[in-house]
Amino acid sequence: MINKLVFANLMHRPIRSLLGIVAIGVVVCMMLTLVGLSRGMLGASAARAVGVGADIVVRPPGTSLMALSTAPLNEKLVDFLKSQPGIRLSVGQVVFPIGGIDTITGIPLAPFDEMSGGFTYISGHTIQNPDDILVDEYYARQKKLKVGDTLNLINHDWKVAGIIGGGKLARVVVDIKRLQELTGNEQRISQVFLKVQQGTDVDATITQLKEKLPTYPIYSMKEVVSFFAVENVPGLGPFVNVIIGIAVLVGFLVVFLSMYTAVLERTREIGILKSLGASPTLILRIILRESVILSLCGAVAGILLSFASRWAIDIFVPASLTQVLVPDWWPIAAGVSLLGALLGTLYPALRAAKQDPIEALSYE
Amino acid sequence: MNSEPLISVRDLRKIHYAGEVEVHALRGVSLDVHRGDFLTIIGPSGSGKSTLFNILGGLMKPTSGTVHIAGKDIMKMTDSDRTNLRKTTVGFVFQKYNLLPILSAEENITIARTIAGLPPVPPKEFQRILELLGIAHRLSHKPRALSGGEQQRVAIARALVNQPEILLADEPTGNLDTENSAVVLNLLKQLNEELGQTVLMITHNPEAAMFGHRTVTMRDGSVTESSD
Repeated sequence: MINKLVFANLMHRPIRSLLGIVAIGVVVCMMLTLVGLSRGMLGASAARAVGVGADIVVRPPGTSLMALSTAPLNEKLVDFLKSQPGIRLSVGQVVFPIGGIDTITGIPLAPFDEMSGGFTYISGHTIQNPDDILVDEYYARQKKLKVGDTLNLINHDWKVAGIIGGGKLARVVVDIKRLQELTGNEQRISQVFLKVQQGTDVDATITQLKEKLPTYPIYSMKEVVSFFAVENVPGLGPFVNVIIGIAVLVGFLVVFLSMYTAVLERTREIGILKSLGASPTLILRIILRESVILSLCGAVAGILLSFASRWAIDIFVPASLTQVLVPDWWPIAAGVSLLGALLGTLYPALRAAKQDPIEALSYE
Repeated sequence: MNSEPLISVRDLRKIHYAGEVEVHALRGVSLDVHRGDFLTIIGPSGSGKSTLFNILGGLMKPTSGTVHIAGKDIMKMTDSDRTNLRKTTVGFVFQKYNLLPILSAEENITIARTIAGLPPVPPKEFQRILELLGIAHRLSHKPRALSGGEQQRVAIARALVNQPEILLADEPTGNLDTENSAVVLNLLKQLNEELGQTVLMITHNPEAAMFGHRTVTMRDGSVTESSD
């Protein structure tokens, strides 16, 4: 009967209950989307790095793996590295920002194809002219591009030569020489990918390289992949925590407002229950149960909304953002919304429990 | 009458404070109510009858005096004891019915049993009360679908579903027309005469007061007259 009363109370003001659930759902969705984006984008970057087929990455001195550093390295480094014992292939790469978190990547196509096994062409062909550009399927979908279209990037018109499968190197690829010219980085590169000869020990090779290039950060691809985690991106972990804090606060405010008005509206009903012998504990339990139901429904709504946000991202900005579903975070997000809801309910519930029955019964 | 009164009130006083002003709501009220009594308390607004009603129902603490209900001293009761008194010993009927609008008539009745920690299905004897009240066919309706008279009859059923020793009715016909008032008053009389239910009814209507065995008149916080 008490559960029936709780549900009846929630159903009695359906719009208010629905708004409460949606507001909590948005908060939960915000958390899940943020974590999903963090993991998705880092995961996609890791997958593209693995897709290169390299064993080792050599970065410019003083940079971290996560930093974008245009092209500070001398291109001669590519040949130097190739001449080192145990190295089979050495490929330089230029990465240049084109707005937001998007970049354009320049590579020498022949050695890159040898290292990676080449791109998979969904349509079109490889780079045949200096102004040809390759875009991956996600970028093409987001920008509505097809083979033969013109794409203006870094104030230059490129001709879309091919649309490639995602998950290898980058979303936008051009000839390295053309990109170096256009960005004023002649004979300069951003980083170097190395492939070792068959049977060569990667870690031993890295140790040898570090002896010769002591100021250069040199990583194995295993390390590179492990770096693509939330805790390794400067500021991302605290950012996620800030969002969770905001989620608790918003959940608290939403439920506080909802339950405060609910308790105020039901002052007389609380008086009636007290006149029937309802104890303060029972009144407290009724109000808390309502907020638990609100927050759990909100958590379910938030989880469903995170599917919707992933769908929307995949439709509208598949190249810029990648969101994955994070089921391991569902209970955490539900817990956070429940915490906010319980904190928000505490004052209204205590107020209801302490209400004087005579005053409550005379409330109009 | 039994020698041991069900309700025994002696020199009951209640002082409210309106800011710094003392308001003497009850000034030494004494009365006895025996099992099976139908006592009506009549008096004008501000005479203290509602304060007496609230104290007898365990909704308010008196300032001084003694009140024994079913042998228990209300002055010595904790908040929890008074909550239990409302669950088990006293049933309330209010002027404004005070039904929960979100529940059906039946649920409004059974929630009193849930609160008291009893099984939701009332005992067989309760069927007789429902028959007397004539609301068995209206139990599935929400209060807004019931007439004032029907709502008050549901409220009486709710007050009696836990078989309390005392039925406290505060102006039970105050919101009803003449016809429904007569129905409710006759029902209270029937419940008293046929089932032996002790009834204590507050009213300002002298005609309603005549339905009781005894009438106590209050004025300015004191009992001024008691008549059989």
